[in-house]
Amino acid sequence: MGLNQPLLEVDGVTLQYKTPHHLITATYKVSFDVLLGDRFVLLGPSGCGKSTLLKAVGGYMAPTEGEIRLKGQAVTGPGPDRMMVFQEFDQLLPWKTVKQNVVFALEASGRLTGRAAEERAMAYIDKVNLTKFVDSFPHMLSGGMKQRVAIARGMAMEPDILLMDEPFAALDALTRRRMQDELLALWDETRFTVLFVTHSIPEAIKIGSRILLLSPHPGEVKAELNSVGAPGEQAGLENRIQQMLFAEEIKEAENV
Amino acid sequence: MSSAKALAEAAPVTPLRPEIVRDRMTAHGGTIVEKPLSTLELLYNQAWLRKLLILFVLASIWEIYGRYLDNDLLFPTFTSTLAAFFRGVADGTLPLRAWGSVKILLVGYGIGIVLATLLTGLAIASRIGTDFLETMTSMLNPLPAIALLPLALIWFGLGNGSLIFVLVHSVTWAIALNTHSGFLSVSRTLTMVGRNYGLSGASLIRKILIPAAFPSILTGLKVGWAFAWRTLIAAELVFGVSSGSGGLGWFIFENKNMLDIPNVFAGLLTVILIGLVVENLIFQTIERHTIRRWGMQA
Repeated sequence: MGLNQPLLEVDGVTLQYKTPHHLITATYKVSFDVLLGDRFVLLGPSGCGKSTLLKAVGGYMAPTEGEIRLKGQAVTGPGPDRMMVFQEFDQLLPWKTVKQNVVFALEASGRLTGRAAEERAMAYIDKVNLTKFVDSFPHMLSGGMKQRVAIARGMAMEPDILLMDEPFAALDALTRRRMQDELLALWDETRFTVLFVTHSIPEAIKIGSRILLLSPHPGEVKAELNSVGAPGEQAGLENRIQQMLFAEEIKEAENV
Repeated sequence: MSSAKALAEAAPVTPLRPEIVRDRMTAHGGTIVEKPLSTLELLYNQAWLRKLLILFVLASIWEIYGRYLDNDLLFPTFTSTLAAFFRGVADGTLPLRAWGSVKILLVGYGIGIVLATLLTGLAIASRIGTDFLETMTSMLNPLPAIALLPLALIWFGLGNGSLIFVLVHSVTWAIALNTHSGFLSVSRTLTMVGRNYGLSGASLIRKILIPAAFPSILTGLKVGWAFAWRTLIAAELVFGVSSGSGGLGWFIFENKNMLDIPNVFAGLLTVILIGLVVENLIFQTIERHTIRRWGMQA
């Protein structure tokens, strides 16, 4: 893979799914490239197909038009090279402890077995500060801790790209902020590539290095922006994104 | 703007109150944070003790009523039933008869589980399998196993063959129905997680679906067990199917014919005891080590 070749290419992807009465077009000819080490954020209001797009990258649904390529290979089904972190707290297997959850992921996918799997699992559990809870079952953990286990599990698999579907949306505001900081600290440490879906503009600006703005019904690319680091410029970017998403009527900022 | 001003004038002026910041918490070390419960409370928290108490009260009522009636042919007292029970245990007839029943029960139960597994596997794998399972369960689940016994007697003759046939019938549908509905209720996220690991087909069923549906599967196993036990005793009792080998139902039937009513009650007591042991020891132990531990059931 050349340096300039993108890690993930989403190429003119149209996604459609059927409800019992309708055929719904979730996204229409969406294209973007994710480079190695990107923190790429899909941002848009509900109904812009951002979660559907992430599921397609995850391999859970096939595009009706266009193609998704990972390292030049077309995506055909789910696989451990694209680990998903879901929004739901029930994504951990309730019959396994924190450690077993991470180890099971490594063993079931055939990445590592035995001691090697255990050591890798412990290393990543330590990274998300849950070493004290390795033998706890998921139902004993708080929502934030469950999401940290899910992130540790995703990272332990060392996938080509980590797919995060609004992983902090179900958390309370204080926990969410701490989790965002932790995620950024983890990224500083390991420089993984992440594709992150959110509907919160401040979260997108804080997490992302590049932001793809989608407009709803059906989802189409509105803009692809670079995020900024300095707090002073963040407010400006936030305003700009709001202008673009809500055109003339400017709504109240979300409190995140 | 002007209306807002008017509102501000009308509202009472809140005085500026001093802020309160406490450096040291008074409760720290001063009050009880944790205190053991009293012995009586601890005892009352034990479910088995509470159940034992209920059993004790029921046995007392039985004893009192039995003595009041004073007719061993109609309603023997609790103590004479116990005496007959211990006599039966001591001379080995009761354990032998009970084992005779349980042995057949286990065979029927085992075959039923295997059949139910095959059926639900088919139902998960294909749509036509689902339709097959749904049709079969809705047709056969309401059909009492005992109603099939006359037919079974014609096909398999008097003996274990007929018993196992009706047992399999009573077990299979209950387990298949529960397991299938358990599979259907597994959260989409969990299945997606499993597929994310690259699992599919049989390994997805074995590693994700079965543990995730375990609460329903266990319910199915419990219901199936109860159905089987009832069917077996009824078959032995009413039809004397097991007269050759002699199960617990046949023991009750024989003693009734000889008007040895305390022994009849002892037989019934054994049926109840085996039911209690299986429910409270076996199934509850499984529950405690699985679904309770996993937080799938409170």
